[in-house]
Amino acid sequence: MRVVLAEDLFLLRDGLVRMLEAFGFEILAAVESGPELSKALAELEPDVAVVDVRLPPSHTDEGLQCALAARRARPGLPVLVLSQHVEQLYARELLADGNGGVGYLLKDRVFDAEQFVDAVRRVAGGGTAMDPQVISQLLSRRSQDQPIGALTPRELEVMELMAQGRSNTAIATQLVVTERAIAKHTSNIFAKLGLPVSDDDNRRVLAVLAYLDRG
Amino acid sequence: MITRLRASLVAGVRGLALALTALIGSVLLFTLTLVSVSLIPIGIGIFTTPPLLSLVRAQANSRRLLAAQWSGVRIPSAYRPGGPARGGLAGQVERCVRMMKDPATRRDMQWLFTDITAGATVALLAPALWLEGLFGLLLAVGLWKPIVEAGGTYWYTFLPVDSAGTAGLAAVLGLGWMVLATFVNPLLVRSHFRIAAASLTPSRGDLEQRIDRLTATRHDAVDTSAAELRRIERDLHDGAQARLVAMGMNLSTIEALIEKDPAQAKKLIAAARTSSAEALTELRDLVRGIHPPVLAERGLGDAVRALALRLPVSCEVDVEMTGRVEAPVESAAYFAVSEALTNAVKHGGGDRIWVDITHTDGSLRIAVTDNGGGGASVGAGSGLSGVERRLGTFDGVLAVSSPAGGPTMVTMEIPCASS
Repeated sequence: MRVVLAEDLFLLRDGLVRMLEAFGFEILAAVESGPELSKALAELEPDVAVVDVRLPPSHTDEGLQCALAARRARPGLPVLVLSQHVEQLYARELLADGNGGVGYLLKDRVFDAEQFVDAVRRVAGGGTAMDPQVISQLLSRRSQDQPIGALTPRELEVMELMAQGRSNTAIATQLVVTERAIAKHTSNIFAKLGLPVSDDDNRRVLAVLAYLDRG
Repeated sequence: MITRLRASLVAGVRGLALALTALIGSVLLFTLTLVSVSLIPIGIGIFTTPPLLSLVRAQANSRRLLAAQWSGVRIPSAYRPGGPARGGLAGQVERCVRMMKDPATRRDMQWLFTDITAGATVALLAPALWLEGLFGLLLAVGLWKPIVEAGGTYWYTFLPVDSAGTAGLAAVLGLGWMVLATFVNPLLVRSHFRIAAASLTPSRGDLEQRIDRLTATRHDAVDTSAAELRRIERDLHDGAQARLVAMGMNLSTIEALIEKDPAQAKKLIAAARTSSAEALTELRDLVRGIHPPVLAERGLGDAVRALALRLPVSCEVDVEMTGRVEAPVESAAYFAVSEALTNAVKHGGGDRIWVDITHTDGSLRIAVTDNGGGGASVGAGSGLSGVERRLGTFDGVLAVSSPAGGPTMVTMEIPCASS
């Protein structure tokens, strides 16, 4: 799998390159600034881009802006955004085009190499990988609202994992239950939230976020 | 001599112009404003006063300009910033109140009164001296005859003119007036401006008050930042720093254990990883407390939107501003909004909050409104007085309207430019 990487801190960039290479990714380019990233994304056609939010020269949200621009130019271009902090605002901007293939994770998540690599693969495959922090913020905010309040604790757990972008199989493994049980939970959740059932991973997250967004 | 004569003639013309603007413009403005202010209690005045006061300011400002151009007299202007920020009745009332409260308004009115009395008289003296002198000469060359024939003795200044002889004296007196005009006319115009300056210049008391306020707010600013530094130092020392030390210790234990007891070493590695994750979380919270990343990346509008998304109650954010304001103001405004929102959530008891941010006419205005129970006040020990102090550093003001039963509206205004 071919990756373009953007990260301005040398140590982190180097570490990411090593880690991804160790897991069999091919690094097409590892750049350190916004303009370089835009150029690499336009020319190299990677399978997935791993991008730091804050990049030179502006040191603001240059990385995010480049990623959004690249996705406008090439809809569905898989982008995994890494950040020192996670904001729902940014998560929404990434999800807004509805094309899937996006991820938004705290930089700390690279501590768990396997989970991180799994997230990169999921994004590259058109799925999503949302940081648990974003999801828990969303859920804690809405927990007093009616439809979400109607969910059982177990269903909430399932929904949290689902919103992160995990497949039923992954959720089943994590919660140590059968996949059938998870399928039942998800259809219950969709029923309670009044959402049409869909088997598309990415759609599920969008549906959840869209619902939560409704305020 | 020629230049002096010319200057005097010019001053005469200028005096006439000043007297006319005073006697027409200022009289009109003065009476209209008085009427308008007296109509405030029945409501009409609320709509008529602000535009009238703006005209008064324009009149005063044009006089300031002339003072500097014609006589080199500088009259400082000190109107409080602010203009129409909100539409509708509330905005109109606010604007009216703000203008009426401005001490410069009182000074303007004082000036209008002196302008139509002393100011106009002094200015009128300049052309009058020339005209009176000219009239004396005209009397002497024959004008006295028809006048005396028609109405008997004519009093020229203090001279009874009834014959060619007295008319000749009038000519001498007229010449005297003209000589006097040559010397005093520029002074008369200058005095006119001095009189204006006397009413328009902010008083010493106002300045002293301002100095007191600056001293107090500077004190607050220094205090707050020192306390903030202490808090940051303590948080780092007790939090992230301690965790990193523990991690280092764990790592050296792991080094010793790795061959003897791999299982135990693995457990310690997991502990070290948890420690590092916790250290990161603490650092992240600390950074958010010092300067929130979204604020640095996107500015006030999006930072407040991000803040709203984290609130447990639904919060609508409406931002109308182009560009960004200076970083210190942005930061102060952000934390002020944050505090106001926290208060609204904690004590307001409502289920909806609205935040409006506008930047117009060099002033940043933020309103945080909730539909809760009301009853909030700025008092000792309340979070809002902290906000007030924070804003005070930037000459900002805080107003709280919170009748029992709600709604609560916290309004903040900070004068600042945007880039």
